[in-house]
Order: sequence, then structure tokens, then C-alpha cells
Amino acid sequence: MTKNLRVKSSEYIDETNRISFKFNGKTYHGFKGDTLASALLANDVHLVGRSFKYHRPRGIMTSGSEEPNAIVQINPGTNRTEPNVRATEVEIYEGLEASSQNCWPSVDFDIGGINNFLSPFFPAGFYYKTFMWPASFWEKYEFFIRHSAGLGKSPTSSDPDIYDHRNIHCDVLVVGAGISGILAAKNAAKNNFKTLLVDEKNELGGSTIYENNEFNKINNKTPSEWLKKEIEEFKNIKNLEIKTRTSVAAYHQYNYLLARENLTDHLEAKDKTNKIRQRLLKIRAKKVILATGALERPLIFNNNDRPGIMLSSAIKKYSEFYGVSCGSKNVFFTNNDSAYESAISLYNKGINVEAIIDIREQSESKIVKKVKEAGIKIYWSHSIVDTAGYKRLKSVSIMKLSNDGTSVTGSKISISCDCLGVAGGWTPAVHLYTQSGSKLKFDEEKKVFLPNQNTSEQISVGSCGGDFKIDEIIKNLNQKLKDTLNINETDLDSIKVEIDQENSKRNIWLLPSDKPIGKTKPFVDYQNDATAKDIKLALREGFRSIEHVKRYTTTGMGTDQGKLGNMHALGIIADTAGVKMGELGTTTFRPPYTPLTFGTIVGRNVGKFFDIFRRTPMNDWHVENKAEFENVGQWKRAWYYPINGETMHQAVQRESKAARESAGILDASTLGKIDIQGSDASEFLNRVYTNAWSKLAIGKCRYGLMLNEDGMVYDDGVTTRLGENHYIMTTTTGGAANVLGKLEDYLQTEWPELDVYLTSVTDHYATASLCGPNSKKILKKIIPYLDLSDENFPHMSFKESKIGNIQCRIMRISFTGEHSYEINVQASYGKDLWEKCIEAGKEFNITPYGTETMHLLRAEKGFIIVGQDTDGTMTPIDLQMDWIVSKKKYDFIGKRSLYRSDTMREDRKQLVGLLTDDPNIVLEEGAQIVSELNQSPVEMLGHVTSSYFSPNLKKSIALAVVRGGKDMMGKKLFVPMENKNINVTVANPVFYDEKNERLNA
Amino acid sequence: MFLINCPYCGERDQQEFKAGGEAHIERPKQPTELSDDEWAEYLFMRKNIKGIQFERWNHAHGCRKWFNMVRDTSNDEIKAIYKMGEKPPSQ
Repeated sequence: MTKNLRVKSSEYIDETNRISFKFNGKTYHGFKGDTLASALLANDVHLVGRSFKYHRPRGIMTSGSEEPNAIVQINPGTNRTEPNVRATEVEIYEGLEASSQNCWPSVDFDIGGINNFLSPFFPAGFYYKTFMWPASFWEKYEFFIRHSAGLGKSPTSSDPDIYDHRNIHCDVLVVGAGISGILAAKNAAKNNFKTLLVDEKNELGGSTIYENNEFNKINNKTPSEWLKKEIEEFKNIKNLEIKTRTSVAAYHQYNYLLARENLTDHLEAKDKTNKIRQRLLKIRAKKVILATGALERPLIFNNNDRPGIMLSSAIKKYSEFYGVSCGSKNVFFTNNDSAYESAISLYNKGINVEAIIDIREQSESKIVKKVKEAGIKIYWSHSIVDTAGYKRLKSVSIMKLSNDGTSVTGSKISISCDCLGVAGGWTPAVHLYTQSGSKLKFDEEKKVFLPNQNTSEQISVGSCGGDFKIDEIIKNLNQKLKDTLNINETDLDSIKVEIDQENSKRNIWLLPSDKPIGKTKPFVDYQNDATAKDIKLALREGFRSIEHVKRYTTTGMGTDQGKLGNMHALGIIADTAGVKMGELGTTTFRPPYTPLTFGTIVGRNVGKFFDIFRRTPMNDWHVENKAEFENVGQWKRAWYYPINGETMHQAVQRESKAARESAGILDASTLGKIDIQGSDASEFLNRVYTNAWSKLAIGKCRYGLMLNEDGMVYDDGVTTRLGENHYIMTTTTGGAANVLGKLEDYLQTEWPELDVYLTSVTDHYATASLCGPNSKKILKKIIPYLDLSDENFPHMSFKESKIGNIQCRIMRISFTGEHSYEINVQASYGKDLWEKCIEAGKEFNITPYGTETMHLLRAEKGFIIVGQDTDGTMTPIDLQMDWIVSKKKYDFIGKRSLYRSDTMREDRKQLVGLLTDDPNIVLEEGAQIVSELNQSPVEMLGHVTSSYFSPNLKKSIALAVVRGGKDMMGKKLFVPMENKNINVTVANPVFYDEKNERLNA
Repeated sequence: MFLINCPYCGERDQQEFKAGGEAHIERPKQPTELSDDEWAEYLFMRKNIKGIQFERWNHAHGCRKWFNMVRDTSNDEIKAIYKMGEKPPSQ
């Protein structure tokens, strides 16, 4: 059954290099240089997929990235599989496998095809209209809708390939290497602009490279001959970097563009390993020259989607570039001269062209005359009213078009054919142009949207700028290059062009049929099965905005973003609603121009490089001692240290008891540390903290609470005065960077007169926090000569000392309520310090504890954790921490907000302790609190913020925020849970050692 | 992605910067003298202009300096950049 439709050796196809590949399980052959599409066509395979909604058989439509139909699954079932790949862009290689999508059991026999016959029941908005009621059925509907949604299958195992990112800075970026792009890049580079030229294809030259129209000459050569020579010459120009297989995905503001460079997709599996598959280029260009060309438009007529119906320009490319004939009985349907060029191209290769159907009344250009001379029948003023052939085009029916183009008359003529080339004119590829924020204008004469107002330094040249004839292209390109590059002469000055091209065109957005529109299927968006009928229905139902019609009918919402049909959708809307296309505007073209793989987007930021993380200098010890870790900001912190298969609860209970009964040690290196120096350092602290700092003696420590200007608690920590003009501030682990940023902001913008210098030293020090009644004895063993008496080294004071030869700073401060020391050494000695403490503490059963035990111990003491017990809506008064708010200071950040009417409300949520009536029940953090059980709707009073089982108190304890909680001491409240109501009593949040006697124990 | 000309470092990618909201809102010198409404005006009220807007920016992943920017929010064109404390350019 398979035929070889290779017509003639092409210089772009290496016929000595035969390649076998599989499509839908069957082996075919092609040659090096073929795309999957050209190789399939050479094997007479047109049917490659099924449409999304009606499961209609679909074939290859185009030869480029605009392909709506021939989207396939590459290497199905492997970890390199990729869905929704355009067969027209896949270069074949030995071992390539591909399969059709959206069909079951096979593309040849697809059960879903029944949708085609049920199509009268699937109008636009079918899903919105049908699955609305009854509402309770949604979950059942959803199962089936999800099942039928989506094209292709995503890979289920991890991607074996490597991806990369690269930044590129250039003077001139040229997008598109057709004739305009090549000439632009050449002249830019020659004038010493650092130039980058990118093109999505593997060969340079665009469509001109196979342009052999004998009536067009550049410097007395055919365009293809002339351009080939240009390309040979310019490859050696310095300042010019050329990247093929590189597709610009996005064009952002300030000439920032993202492009995907494809490096290994065209290689055999064995050549892919250990190579970068795709690279995301982040390009910042001083000037951008868009030379993205134009896309041929189809024509919209009844049943215009059958396999075998293709763009006329694609048929020409397959014949001229790939040496492949798309059919043995070819017919063209056109509204301009392009189809005649394709017909002559086939004719010159001996391929049969049956007829050309032209909706124009006539054309007198040389190329049309040549077609007549070749004996090809031309039907002027005719339109196709229907086509036949389910899985492959068999014939077309044509009728005479009325003068106004809105109806057909006369008798129907049937023309037998197996391939139909459709030519509806050209649409400038302005997608990237509009992505940059630049504005389009509709050209009523050419019926195209053209670049109008640029927002950055850019120009659009060639057909994407609206020039379709070679002489116009060269002339306008020359002037634009001189203007934008600020040069006086170019290579283009001496180019002589002779052409015979006519731009006559008759534009009819929706071609009439002899049947009423309700009985026809004129497809506008092939991939999403949106027809002209659907668009008209949307308008009848009252949709007017183009963006709404798009979403309601799904026109232009496929993976191809409607590159082919969007203009027709706009035209049909304009005609039906009686508005001008220029007023209607376009839908928004969004990045990426063609789909990107996730791999390209994330580049190397996968696995452990997904997000950066920070480890403390003691980390190795924690790992060796089997700690479990938790993420705190970017830090990996030891969470708890299970031994002998302990659960988290068991480990935390043991650690918490040990810290209170003998000694515990915590890695506190992650706390933020900011070194503050300068003659105004004390004044600065006065302004940023709520309490007073001027009188803090050198060598003393003080806890501080920092607010936002709105009066809400922002951060807290202990700051130590190291010298007259020198402090070291500690911040929360997660807040360190933001606190530094905030302090710098105030210093630079509000108080530039203050002499203060801030330096982040978080990473410079490692900190071990030694706590418990035996902590003093352990420290004494490590630093025997330091006087640790309460008189010399009281709570909230600081000593500088040495452990052996290692300089250290010791603060006697406590977050657990126990007698404790925070020992700071230079980070590189952190592990050494830690091991010395562990060694010295052995006889006291020193127990390393993690963040979970730290949280439990501080909760026993009622100490808050900013971010856990506060959420940006708690003032210090709400936290019952009035004692830390200075009444004497004139001002500090947030002070004025503390007596706004809202912050002074009595019924704000306030921090309280909660005790469960049953001491064994531990509340869930986040659980809601109510005072009435039989109320509906029940009033929520607040929620639990911290909750633990305290091994030291042998009961459950919790902190909570409760509306008006301050005045509720002893009140009975309820925590309603899914299956039970828990009785709780409001209590003092300080559960343990209320008099702070243990600090000096 | 903007290209921002930091007055201390030169042109850098927007990724290095942090936006800091409307510029030229001075913190009141005597907050305690203000009524609730006056304080709320400073604390909460910010303009959201389509067109020329004066903004604060910080070169957070660079010199960490704050500076001012005049930006047209309708097309993101940066009209001017000047240091903290300098007078805004006249419109």
C-alpha cells in the first residue's frame, strides 16, 4: 500500500543516508534532512491525528511551526517522551518513534469518531451549557471531562536529559533567517555591531532558499541561487553568531527575549546522552530586528479539514525543499497568485496538477499565463462548496461564486483529487512584535495587521513588516537598516531586483456553500475544532469582545494558539457584527510562540538545585547522629534526633526532659546576626525597637521587639552591646534578610543623618546554645579560667573569651527558661565547638535537641515565636507584652499605630494560654475556638497557634489567640473538632516556672 | 524584564532589584502630633496611577542602595532615575 512519493533528489535531503523510524508502530523510511512530516508524506501517509472535539481524521497541513493538526507523541512510553510535538518540526533520526494523539484504539479506527456524527449536539459552549446542572453532579461529570481533556500523554518518569540556561548580550538580535534576516544580520555585523541571528529551522534561508520562480531575479539569478551564495559568504563574518534550531519563545520589555536552542532532539539516542538537550537563551539586545516572515492563511469553506488538504505553500516546500510530492492528483484553491507558483513548481517536476480554483475574476500576471500555457484548468470566480473523503481527500465540489461573494450559483462540478493546496493570502507573523508591548494597526487594503508603534528599539522587516514582494522587501529593508543602525550605505544599495509578482487578492473570510451554514463544517481553528458556525452562534448569544468569543468557542486556544485561523475568526466576527477589523483588535499573543518543555524553563535548577539551601557548620555532626531535618527559610535545621527507632513524639519528649533536668544543646547558628556600628547605633536601636536602648551597659544583652510601621510585630531577638558604638543584633532565622533590608531602608531613606553601619554576619558565626541546670558546669570544663559566677556573668550579659586558641563570644541568654549560654565562634570552628561541648557534657548526659524541642520548651515558658504565634496582625499589646513597649520614648517604628482606634480595640485577638480539661488531649495547631456549641452560625473567637504535650508538666499546653482573651482568664471555651468537642480553659500563657527561678539555678 | 540603570552600578537586569512602592512619602517627624486620619494618610494611602509614577527601588542583589525612579506604568518606560535625597525631575 505504501508508495514512494519522492520526486527528485533535493540538495537538502541526503539520499545516501537512509533512516528508518516508526509511526504508530509501523516502520517507514526517510532520509537525513527529512522532517517526520516530509518522511510520512513521502510514504503517502496523510492521516496522522484526530481532532480534539469531534475526533475527525486530520492530516499534515503545513511545513512549519504553525502546524495545527499533525501534532504527535514522540517516543511514547519512554522517559524521553514528549506530547504535542509538531511533526513538521521533528527532524527524523534512526530509531525515532512517534504516534498519533487523541485517538483510541488507533488513528485509523477511533471510537471517539462518533462525536463527529453527534456534532450537532456539541455547539460552542457545550460544556458550559450542559454540565451546569444539577450542581451536585459536577463530581461525576468531572471524571469524564478530565478523561477526555488534553492531548498526548506527559512522561511519568523523570527526565534523563540535561537542560541549560545562558545569558547573551548583543548589539543586534535578528530573529528569522529568511532573506530579510540574513541581509539584516550581514549588514549589522559588517558595521561592527555584535550580532546574533536565530532561526527555528535547521537550515538558513527561509522560504527564499527554495524560491525558483523564473520570473523573479536578484542580480540576474533566481532568488534561491543568489541567497545560497550570500549565506556561504556571510558565515565567516566576525561579530556574527548564528544559531539554528533556535526558536524565540518570548519577547519582553526592554528587548529581553527568551529563546530555546535545540541541541540534541535531532540526534539518535546514543548521541543524546551526557549532552545538553535544550538551552534557554536569555537575550538582552540593544536593537532587535524581527524578520519572522509571514504565515500562509487557509481558506474557510465547508469540510476544509480533510487529510490531503494542505497549505499551498507547504505543498511547494515539500516539493522543492524535501523532494516530496504530496499527492498524485493535485488541485489548488486560491484567492491570490501564490497557488500558481506552487502549481508551476509541481508542474516543473512532472507532478500532475488537475485544476486551480480561483475566487478572483481573473489575474493577468506572467505566472498565471504560464499556468494557462501548461494546460492547467483554471476555474475563475469559483469556490469549493464541499469536499469528500473521510480519511483522505477524494474529491472537491465547486460552484460559481456570486458577484458579491456571499452565495454560490449554477451547477455543482466535482473534481477528483487526492491533495488540495489552499492559498488564502499571507499573515505577517507579528506574534513576537506584540509580545514586546508594541501596537498593531489594521491595513484595510492588504487585510493584515501590521506593526505600528514600537515600544523598544526594534524594527520589523520583510513580510512580517508587511512587505511581500522581493523588490519591496529589499528597498524597505535597506532604508530601515540605515535608519536603525545609523549607517550610510549597505550591501543592499547595489542589489538589482526584477520581479513579476502581483498582489491582487480577493478576500472572503467565510466562503459560502450551497448548504445553509448550520449544515456545514467550515473549520476556523483546526486543533480545537471551532467552526465558523460556532463563532456565529457566539455572536448570536451576545458575545461581542473578541477575547470573550475566543474563550467561548475555544478558537485559538490550542497548542498552536490559532496561528492559522485567528485572522479568519476576526474577519468572520467583523463581517457578522458589522464592525471594522481595525476596531475589533486582536486577541493577545502570549509567550511562548511554540510550546517549551519544562526542562528548558527550569534549566539546571532541578533536584537539589531546585532551591538553594543553607547548612550550618555543625551539619555533618547532625547527619552522623541521625537527625531529622526541617526547612526553616532556606536553612536545613536539625528537627529532632531519634534514637533506637523513636517516633518524633518520643524523641521530643526525651530531649525536652533532658534539657530541663540536666543539659541540652541546640545548634542556633541559623539565627540572623547583624553587626551594628557607629556613633548613632544606640539612637538607631531606640528608633527600631519598642523598648529603650540608651542605658544598656556595655557587655549586657537585651531582648527587643521590632514592629512594622502599622504597629504589628515584625521580628524579635536579643541584641548585645559589645562596645560604646558597637552592637550585635540577632533576628529570627527566617526574618534575617528582611530585617536587614528594612533597617537599611530606614537608614538610607528616612534617617540618612544617623552614623550607623550595618553588616550581616549570620554566616560568619556558628552558635551552640547550651542549656539546663548543668550547663554552667559544662562551660566551666571548656573554659576553666572564665568566672561564671552570677556576680561576674549574670543572666543577660556577655563575655568575650577563648576556647583553647579559638576566640568566642558568649551570651548568657535563654529561650528555654533554663540557665543557658549561647556560645559563638568563627563559623569554621563551629563543629569543633559543638564536639567539645558534647564531649564535656557526656558525664551530664548532654542531649542534643532540635527545633521541635526548642519550640516545646519555649512554649512551656509562654515565649512567642514570630510567625507562629503572630501573623502580621498582632501588636505587642495583643501579645500581652505591654512591658516591652516604652512609654517614655518619643517615637519608634510603629509607635503611633499602637494608639490608632483599631489597634486599641478591646476585642482584638489576644494571646492567651489554653489548657485542655483532659490533660492528655493535645490540641491541633490552627484549630478554631468557640464559646458556644449550640449556636448557628457559630462565632469563631480565635485559633490555637502552638500546642504540645509538655513532659515537664505532664500535661497538654497550648498558646492561642482569642478575641478579648485578656479578660477571659479561667473561662471555659470549646475547640470543636470533626468528631468531638474539646473542653478548654483560658490560662496564663506562662505554664512553667512563672517566677523565672530556673534562670539562675 | 526591565533594564535598570542603577545610579551607583550602571545598567543591570531587573532581577537584581526590589521595588519599594511610591516615592517621596516622608515619614512624619512628629507622629504623635498626628490625628488618626493624618497618620492613616501616611501609613496606608498610595497612588496607583496609569501613567507617570514616582517609585522607590532598591538594588537588593547589588549595592543595596535605594534610589528613585520615574516610570510610566502604562508602557513601563523608565523616564528618569535619581538618588535618594535628590530632587525629582520636573514633569
